[in-house]
Amino acid sequence: MSKRPIYMDHAATSPLREEVLEAMLPYLQDKYGNPSSLHSPGREAREAVNEAREKTARALGADPKEIFFTSGGTEANNIAIKGTARRQKKKGHLITSSIEHHAVLDVCKELAAEGFQVTFLPVDRYGMVSLETIKRALTPDTFLISIMTANNEVGTIEPVAEIGALARERGILFHTDAVQAVGQIPINVREMNIDLLSLSAHKFNGPKGVGALYARRGVSLEPLYRGGGQERKLRPGTENVAGIVGLGRALELAVEEMPEKSRRQQELRDRLIEGLLGMGDVVLNGHPSARLPGNVNVSFNYIEGEALLLGLDLEGIAASSGSACTSGSLEPSHVLRAMGLEEQLARGSLRLTLGRGNSDADVDYLLAVMGPLVERLRRMSALYPRQN
Amino acid sequence: MYNEKVIDHFTNPRNVGEMPDADVVGESGSFKCGDTMKIYLKIEGDRIADIKFQTFGCGAAIASSSMLTEMAKGKTLEEARRITNKDVAAELGGLPPLKMHCSNLAADALQDAINRYLDGEKGAQS
Repeated sequence: MSKRPIYMDHAATSPLREEVLEAMLPYLQDKYGNPSSLHSPGREAREAVNEAREKTARALGADPKEIFFTSGGTEANNIAIKGTARRQKKKGHLITSSIEHHAVLDVCKELAAEGFQVTFLPVDRYGMVSLETIKRALTPDTFLISIMTANNEVGTIEPVAEIGALARERGILFHTDAVQAVGQIPINVREMNIDLLSLSAHKFNGPKGVGALYARRGVSLEPLYRGGGQERKLRPGTENVAGIVGLGRALELAVEEMPEKSRRQQELRDRLIEGLLGMGDVVLNGHPSARLPGNVNVSFNYIEGEALLLGLDLEGIAASSGSACTSGSLEPSHVLRAMGLEEQLARGSLRLTLGRGNSDADVDYLLAVMGPLVERLRRMSALYPRQN
Repeated sequence: MYNEKVIDHFTNPRNVGEMPDADVVGESGSFKCGDTMKIYLKIEGDRIADIKFQTFGCGAAIASSSMLTEMAKGKTLEEARRITNKDVAAELGGLPPLKMHCSNLAADALQDAINRYLDGEKGAQS
């Protein structure tokens, strides 16, 4: 078995597709016009941005006027949450979950420091937010609920449509960080009663540095920056034309190929999960069925995640872990801790996220490498029970 | 992130495993990140005749443990006692700044083992 490079960290970022690069290239070379210019190069760029806006809207079941391009998921989350908060007459109440990405969590913490009331909802052992806990958290001052569509670490898919219906019924805005979900699972902002949604192109084989915010018509948002009239003043600054074109093309392709891709990835995912659980003293993190098609997250008892990643990397496999030691912080994953996973298991977590390029052979190789590596690290571990 | 020497000690750790007939076992744990290390010593006269380790921790912790055992083997208890965490990291050719605390484990466990051994001897004499 020869060492070969395998990328299983698609939740971190995914490779740019050839077709997407082709669509982008003209706008990095000959078609360099500024979409705000009146002349023909400008109009050409404007048309490309409009077309990407239409594609993005179509993928979400939205209107093109409701799509605002940003520099990525983080900016979209910031505009959505701060943007609604700043338009409130008083410092009201917002609800989020304790397993959000930091691009939501830390924005909410910032608002809390400014005097807003913030509820960070608990989740169950699968990382699922319940409608009941949301209902209990509601106050007459609640103006926003922000719950991610699917979790980036454990892949749990949240009951977004139910939350949307509840929020709509109560007249509360509903934002969802769908960075991990867009292009992976079907989303329709109308059917799901979503008011605000964040997405990022590089998670679905698009370019880095570009994302979008969907904001339902009528939702009032305060921009983060002042500047020109781009993105209807919500996100001023000359458009990242090539990036936006890439986002539109990548999303179009992702949605088109979703049924087949998700079926394939689920097969690979389930084979990986089965193989890893078979190694013993391994637990699955996240929901067994309400789970992103490409997400595998398991914890190995007695092993530290960073050591596991290092071992895999030496065999050519790129993966990720919720271990503290991988992030440079001292605390293991806030997501795994919120799910009630004990610290040692949280530190021994391994995330494998599949993408278009992964094959059955990759799964075979990973499982073949994993067995001896786990065995070796456990024998080395001060916590591993004596074998004799 | 890690240099070749660190990777080598992680991939081929020296003196790893249990020692059923150890004269003394030392332990250390990092409150900061939860790493745990055990060190086993076989002592002849005042020298460390054999040494083994087991570590639950990241790559840096494992490599530091391995390096420490190489540095301590054959030394007198007095000499081995003077090995500091910094010495271990330096001998490894350096660790990333965020990983320096991972090397603390190793020398601490050795100190613990030596202290226990000497305390035990004192106990036996009195």
